[in-house]
Amino acid sequence: MKSKLFGTATIAALALGLPAAAQSPIKVGFVSTFSGPQAAIGEDMRRSVELAKEHLGGKMGGKPFEIVYEDDQFKPDVGKARSEKLVQQDKVNFVAGYIWSNVLLASLKTVVDEGDTILVSANAGPSAIAGELCNKNFFSTSWQNDQTPMAMGDYLNNKGVKSLYLVGPNYAAGKDMLAGVKRTYKGKIVSEDFTKWPDQLDFSAELTKVAAAKPDGIFIFYPGAHGVQFVKQWAQSGLNKTVPLYQVFSIDAITLPQQGDLALGTLGAQEWVNDLPNEANKKYVDDFKKKHGVYPSYYGAQSYDAIMLMASAAEALKGDLSNKDKVRAEMKKANFKSVRGDFKFGNNNFPIQNFYIQEAVKDPQGMMTVKTIATAVKNAVDPFAEKCPMK
Amino acid sequence: MEYLLLQVLNGVQLGLLMFLLAAGLTLTLGIMDLVNLAHGSLYMIGAYIAWTLIGVTDSFVLGALLALPATFLVGVAVEIAVIRRLYARDHLTQVLATFGLILFFNELVRALWGPGGKSIAVPAFLNRTIEILPGVPYPAYRFAIILVGALVAILLAWLVARTRLGMLIRAGASNRRMIGALGVNIELLFSLVFGLGAVFAGLAGLMAAPIASVRIGMGDDILILALVIIVIGGIGSIKGAFIAAMVVGQIDIVGRAFLPDMLKTFMSSSAASSAAPAISQVLVYVLMAAVLVWRPTGLFGQRT
Repeated sequence: MKSKLFGTATIAALALGLPAAAQSPIKVGFVSTFSGPQAAIGEDMRRSVELAKEHLGGKMGGKPFEIVYEDDQFKPDVGKARSEKLVQQDKVNFVAGYIWSNVLLASLKTVVDEGDTILVSANAGPSAIAGELCNKNFFSTSWQNDQTPMAMGDYLNNKGVKSLYLVGPNYAAGKDMLAGVKRTYKGKIVSEDFTKWPDQLDFSAELTKVAAAKPDGIFIFYPGAHGVQFVKQWAQSGLNKTVPLYQVFSIDAITLPQQGDLALGTLGAQEWVNDLPNEANKKYVDDFKKKHGVYPSYYGAQSYDAIMLMASAAEALKGDLSNKDKVRAEMKKANFKSVRGDFKFGNNNFPIQNFYIQEAVKDPQGMMTVKTIATAVKNAVDPFAEKCPMK
Repeated sequence: MEYLLLQVLNGVQLGLLMFLLAAGLTLTLGIMDLVNLAHGSLYMIGAYIAWTLIGVTDSFVLGALLALPATFLVGVAVEIAVIRRLYARDHLTQVLATFGLILFFNELVRALWGPGGKSIAVPAFLNRTIEILPGVPYPAYRFAIILVGALVAILLAWLVARTRLGMLIRAGASNRRMIGALGVNIELLFSLVFGLGAVFAGLAGLMAAPIASVRIGMGDDILILALVIIVIGGIGSIKGAFIAAMVVGQIDIVGRAFLPDMLKTFMSSSAASSAAPAISQVLVYVLMAAVLVWRPTGLFGQRT
């Protein structure tokens, strides 16, 4: 009798539960910038997300998944409104993306607290979210803002660069980045200039100051379109012959087509480079290049990883994402083949990973790209992890 | 000393670009009594048209020269299609309608040129530095902006002060009903002035493009500064717009170049470097408020 009842219940569960589960796909919201001067970054991310979907055969843990793209228009208020729409209206399982720290900071609460939805940042890593604002619903497949410039600072010490002029934009990420290089760089900081963000694209006054200060090097953080303009104006001002440029996030697959030869030989730090020797990376970069004829950037690589991370959790749970504690626990394992090579999550859900030094070069076909020349730091933990109360 | 000179030149270059934008705006507001928020859109349209024409002609100078009459035509077309209907309306209607034009132009550009933004390369012959004093290099392209801007400013001064059109413009600025009553073809004059304003805005847009990239909404940020300039200079006054633009250009550079060091004398270094850009952004508005208290109609405005 008992076993019969159990059998009936099982059949009922199979009849009612499974088809319903199979019918409702896993939904991923993806917030990035798809219009305006920084749209090229969003496009690179979208292409990588689509490639990840293709590599997964359109399925996560046996369930089909769909992606809802939303354009933050490079504005924190718009980003927040779009995130809210994804969580409340589309009822997505995950929200991912976010290029900009200020957009992410504006959207964070809406997604992880009010929406109790898991957010995977595929780029922005503001210090607050690594430290006191850390959240069980927040994961990063990128880095904490300070880390990449910290790696650069380490490298500059070894290189013997004696004095450095810092320039960056006046917003959350700009402040983190300049603070980051100061954490590790031991030489003299000649000056530290912040420029208006995002509307200042003319750096004449700053470059004139650099020329007068005659530092050993200039360190910048200017993502996307701003990086293009800074490098161009640095060259136009003649400083490229006297003051070497060191950068983070300012010379990459997005900006190099426009910077061209002007960027040749400049050095930067990054946690992922297109030539990192691992299987997953080779597959990602080769397929991306075959499809689009250009190199992917770290924005794309981190977005690809974000999707793969979600897929790894869905895989472990056989597509059943209803228990969020289980989903979070599976994600924390980072049990997937990252294109940067394997990494672990720290207590604040930021990756513990290597950083590399890359140089802007021409590939054999004459296309501008970057290649790895050194490992700057191994298994780096971000400096805010200890401020995060999570274990 | 050289450093000071270079920073002053940077300010002049910035000021001249803003003057070109403000000149058209002050003419339309002064003569037609029209609040035209869409002036920044013409700045953007000029840059986009130049991008296309530079691509077609494969020459920066030729493309830029052809873009000017094209922008003039766009300006005249907008005047005939939309602006003409707004003269008799109150300022609120004008603000609403021209704000609608901004949205229209942004979407139009998105449809025609795509959302991504374009970049215009500095022409090869200007992509180097010149020595303005022995041993003091300055980017040649920026120097070219100063020359062209100064030339246009002189041309405009001559046009307003010495020609019949200029006489009508000045007359219109001080009493537009009267010149209508005197039998001047106001419709034609207004179309011409609006088109002229569009050309100056377009010129500013295409000259700024190699420095600041061509993108949707590029004119919206700078329009606010242009409005501040014409308020400081006095509405309708070309001379006022010129002087105000020069002052605003210098203030912007002072805020970026000297303010951080000044603040560091009494603040911590990191507080100073993040406070400086915020303060320099506000300085211009402080100046505007001060001028308005002292002279409510601006430096060279018509006193009523």
